[in-house]
Amino acid sequence: MVTIDIKAESGQREMLRRMLTIRAFDTRAGELFADGELPGFVHLYIGEEAVGVGAISALEPDDYITSTHRGHGHCIAKGLDTYQMMAELYGKRDGYCNGKGGSMHIADVDAGMLGANGIVGAGPPLATGAALTASYKDEDRVALAFFGDGAVAQGQVHEGINLAATWDLPAIFVVENNHFGEATPVENQHNVEHLSATAEAYNIPGFTVDGMDVTAVYEAVEEARARAAAGDGPTFIEADTYRYKGHFEGDHEPYRTKDDIDDARERDAIDRFKTRLVDAGVITDAEFDDLEAEVEAEIDEATERAQDAEYPDPSEAYEDMFGAHVPEIEEFAARVRTDGGERQ
Amino acid sequence: MSTETGTGQAVSATETMTIREAIREALREELARDEDAFLMGEDIGTFGGVLSVTGDLVDDFGEERVRDTPISEAGFMGAAVGAAATGTRPIVEIMFSDFLGVCAEQILNQMAKNRYMFGGKAEMPVTVRTTEGGGMGAASQHSGTIHTWFAHLPGVMAVTPGSARAAKGLLKSAIRSDDPVFFFENKDIYEQEGEVPTDEDYTIPLGQASVEREGDDVTVVATQRCVGESLDLAEELAGETSVEVIDLQSLYPMDTETLLESVEKTGRLIVADESPLSYGTHAEVVARVQERGFFSLDAPIQRVGVPDTHIPFSPALEREVMPDADGIQAAIDRVV
Ligand SMILES: Cc1ncc(C[n+]2csc(CCOP(=O)(O)OP(=O)(O)O)c2C)c(N)n1
Ligand SMILES: [Mg+2]
Repeated sequence: MVTIDIKAESGQREMLRRMLTIRAFDTRAGELFADGELPGFVHLYIGEEAVGVGAISALEPDDYITSTHRGHGHCIAKGLDTYQMMAELYGKRDGYCNGKGGSMHIADVDAGMLGANGIVGAGPPLATGAALTASYKDEDRVALAFFGDGAVAQGQVHEGINLAATWDLPAIFVVENNHFGEATPVENQHNVEHLSATAEAYNIPGFTVDGMDVTAVYEAVEEARARAAAGDGPTFIEADTYRYKGHFEGDHEPYRTKDDIDDARERDAIDRFKTRLVDAGVITDAEFDDLEAEVEAEIDEATERAQDAEYPDPSEAYEDMFGAHVPEIEEFAARVRTDGGERQ
Repeated sequence: MSTETGTGQAVSATETMTIREAIREALREELARDEDAFLMGEDIGTFGGVLSVTGDLVDDFGEERVRDTPISEAGFMGAAVGAAATGTRPIVEIMFSDFLGVCAEQILNQMAKNRYMFGGKAEMPVTVRTTEGGGMGAASQHSGTIHTWFAHLPGVMAVTPGSARAAKGLLKSAIRSDDPVFFFENKDIYEQEGEVPTDEDYTIPLGQASVEREGDDVTVVATQRCVGESLDLAEELAGETSVEVIDLQSLYPMDTETLLESVEKTGRLIVADESPLSYGTHAEVVARVQERGFFSLDAPIQRVGVPDTHIPFSPALEREVMPDADGIQAAIDRVV
């Protein structure tokens, strides 16, 4: 059973809600970061919501995904809890990684979310590995890797795809082509017009879809999943999308103009899906406004709770290095803690 | 202003600048000096580098010589090796040292080994600049201090400046060297200011440490951010404990003589470096000093570093594992 049935009206409303949740979450994350509330970096998914929601909705709930540094949208589409995500962004103990990972490393392995990732291009081989587990154990599960246009320049991406293709593993590779890797336009990173051309080298199906059309992404992944589950191997999907915000907060964006962003906004995924649903009588304008308000309230609550939540105890820094007990870490920890006195 | 530098060279003019500026000036001078030298890295051109180190260099030297790359570290690290062997002088930027994992092969088996394996037939004038260190809440994949791996690797050199002067002097030597040199920039101290010689021929030889402050009771040999932490602490302790602070500057080759001379005077040694403690840079210093200076020692040598964890994201945790003045103070208390 798919995560969200796009043919049902309730499914369509749920997809809309998830896209709105991503936008509200990341809008808030951007504001909080700009206010100096959040440590580290945050990379916002605003503009790209249709890719994560379209793709993950077409998977089954038990399927795996690997994500990127720009991972909040994948988490929300996968059904992760916005409070635990926000708590992680703050570095609080209630966060998905107990504060150890932050925005760039949110993971929930039990939910099939194998991690946002700070290393560009690290996800595809990991997805190949999850697909290998599914195949090895004869489970009806597939693994989908999200990665950026920039990541397509990484060697390990290609090795991961080649393995999955050669072994006919149940994997799906989804490139989120938002036209930039940091400040570098896609044309300066690749010599092909469509990144989906890559698929030819592995003799797997590859195509480009409108990544700002949630239905188009859904349908592409639905087909890819069927192929993967049937033992026919991976599919390579390029989703043509756009990032509305800077690569990171404070990015002065010399590489594009405001017009470029406005042009992309013309194709806004949420606007288009909403219009479609209103036209089809699935939702009224008033219901849409209510939905937006509900989502906003959810993010308000998640943020307030995350702000009030506790930081991990500093002693937790020494936990989770190994499953086994390692005396070295304990000894070093004892030295830091007794000698350093109270660490504030 | 006139200063006596770590090299013992008398230097006439200096200018106050940050470590970030000192690195940029070294790059600018060396690009101007040698037209075979060029830079490669991600968003180092018009964007000026993600940590704003290369800045405006592209305006002076153009896109051929300040070359933006795709996100292909293995590709352009390998290209640097191939280019260096054939008559150019590449200076590679790897945005965060954690990403060296992506291009490790070209370093371990090509860059480091070619000269030797080819019986001396290949020059390898590559410089790799990269950033290390915690303190930015950047989490485990963007905060590592992994210079020990490279100091340990036969065939490459590794330097770790702790001041603006060291940054400029060492980077210029690294670029001029016909051997591969890794230049590790601690990103937490880019804004640290210092006096830097303006002379375009000012360099610091690879393999030279610098006594940054003289003292009699205990020697702290430190790298990168820990140098500043140690100097501040030494100032605080002045009158009570006389602390000698040495910036190790160069991990390999290492200036063992300067360490031995200092320990002969103080009898006590603390090693402060932001790498994990086990099998580390600290251990190498300890080994060298005890091998040749054992009888100068009045107390066991102490190590201050990261307690074999990764650098966690949460500020509450990150502070816990990063070596700082408190940890250095505690180490001094153990032996003085
Ligand atoms: C191996 C590696 N190299 C470089 C970086 C620095 N970096 C972080 S995000 C990014 C751009 C990634 O572009 P893309 O894959 O298109 O993803 P997008 O940010 O556009 O979503 C870069 C270069 C990194 N994190 N990992
Ligand atoms: Mg991109």
